[in-house]
Amino acid sequence: MNAKNGLSWIRVRALVRKEINDYRRNRFIAVTMAILPVVFMVSPMITLFKLPADAPASKLDASVGLSALYLMLVPAFVPAVVASYSVVGEREQGTLEPVLTTPIRAGEFLIGKALAALLPAVVISYTMYGVFLGVVGGFAHENVVHDIFEAPRILAQLLFTPLIAGWSIWAGIAISTRTGDVRVAQQLSTLASLPPLAITTLVGFDVIKPTVTVAVGLGLGLLVIDILAWRVVSALFRRERLLTGAKAA
Amino acid sequence: MTVKRDSATTGAGAVPTGPAIVVDGLTKRFGERTAFTDVSFEVAYGEVFGFLGPNGAGKTTTVRTLGTLLAPTSGTATVAGLPLTGANGVEIRRRIAVMPEAPGLYLRLSVAENLDFFAGLYELDDRRARIERALRAVNLLDRADDPCRSLSKGLRQRVGLARALLSDPEILFLDEPTSGLDPLAARDVHELIDGMRRRGVTIFLTTHRLAEAEALCDRVGIMNTTLRTIGRPDELREQLFAKTLQVTTREPVADPGAVFAGLPGVEGWHPASSGDGYVLAVTDPDLAAPAVARALVAADADLLALSPSRHSLEDVYLQLIEEDVEARTR
Repeated sequence: MNAKNGLSWIRVRALVRKEINDYRRNRFIAVTMAILPVVFMVSPMITLFKLPADAPASKLDASVGLSALYLMLVPAFVPAVVASYSVVGEREQGTLEPVLTTPIRAGEFLIGKALAALLPAVVISYTMYGVFLGVVGGFAHENVVHDIFEAPRILAQLLFTPLIAGWSIWAGIAISTRTGDVRVAQQLSTLASLPPLAITTLVGFDVIKPTVTVAVGLGLGLLVIDILAWRVVSALFRRERLLTGAKAA
Repeated sequence: MTVKRDSATTGAGAVPTGPAIVVDGLTKRFGERTAFTDVSFEVAYGEVFGFLGPNGAGKTTTVRTLGTLLAPTSGTATVAGLPLTGANGVEIRRRIAVMPEAPGLYLRLSVAENLDFFAGLYELDDRRARIERALRAVNLLDRADDPCRSLSKGLRQRVGLARALLSDPEILFLDEPTSGLDPLAARDVHELIDGMRRRGVTIFLTTHRLAEAEALCDRVGIMNTTLRTIGRPDELREQLFAKTLQVTTREPVADPGAVFAGLPGVEGWHPASSGDGYVLAVTDPDLAAPAVARALVAADADLLALSPSRHSLEDVYLQLIEEDVEARTR
């Protein structure tokens, strides 16, 4: 689809395809995408399998809450690493100027970059969650399985995954447009991805009782935050500033 | 504007008529620092226009401004028939191509993947055929599947040129295209630019290689924050330097004043600094030279050489830039 004054999805698709091709061959990003999620999936599994069958409810809740938190680190951290590379990485390899001299609009550039970070993050997160549910469902104690498979908890995990990834991506891109070093951008983005985890932590540890209404309500809250973050990043995006570090006179 | 384009790479389309670029009083400042000020010029379609100047003269900033990457502080411009405004940014960028000093390739991707990405950004149809034509134009078809990181600097520059040709642009901005290249690779790039010129592509070439500009450009502008001069290289030489004839004789002439006096077209003379001849100030070398030769033969002088003085574009450039340096130190 192509719109005269709106977004060109041809350009967005071209950018997403290029980004994913490039990430696959970027050792640092490929390793981050492969290892971090496995660590964040295996670690809570071990915790849950170590629980005795007669573990008290409080300990069971704490372990289940911890596992939910760990699994939410995947959609928080993976896209943060990718998004933080998105602009500063282009600047470092000298590709930003050639891209900005094409007809691509700021919105297309940002959405392309965001989707290229979101798609792998969501696929990896859901895959890890699926594997987690499969292994825990098949081999853990019945009371653990009962807690893990509560519908609101699963709904919260499914809803929060893309929304938390969305926050991490916009924070990562915002930082990436303002820093001149990939490592600094990645460290700052990882830190910036943490605040929304507070919500999942409260749900995971039953401070906020996980019901369908609560999950949907919090999901809507995260969605609003994501939209606001996108608007802020779009407003901050200036070709002149990206190239020269200076505001337009 | 009449649109009658002739493709650089495809042979399709029509050549637009009228000026490709019109710049009027354009100024760009970054805070207190002035990148360039009050620059005015025009570039016609099909012209190769050289933009010369020392480092920091504002050449790259001018290209970035005309390429809609930077907003001008004041002044106006028209690029590819469109006023240079934020609202026209996308449409202007669709009609032009810019090759920055560093080609800026995705080194982990292959040559073809790089070009395919940019073809997508220009929303081009028949991408595969266009990529093939662009690569053929820069003699890189056989390297299409090679990762860009495996290419030499010269070959990367050629990929950058292929990328710039992909969209069949009305105006091609080349920013120091031979910077950092060895003479052989630079010669390859010159041949490619010359080929584009023959096909009628409008080229805006920034460089500080004066021989390059002299060989490739129809007109040049010499920039040093302001536009110091503009014209064809031979016009600039004539504007800046008096016309002279260099006379070389085996022995000094006995009475040169008497020999050169009253000859048609000769306005004055002085001994050459090399000590083996004379420099004659003339109004028209073609008129003066035969008369000078006859007069020297009549005076029994052994004439070894008689030639009009040749000033290179480098002489023009150095003269102007040195004037600027002197003015600043005054």
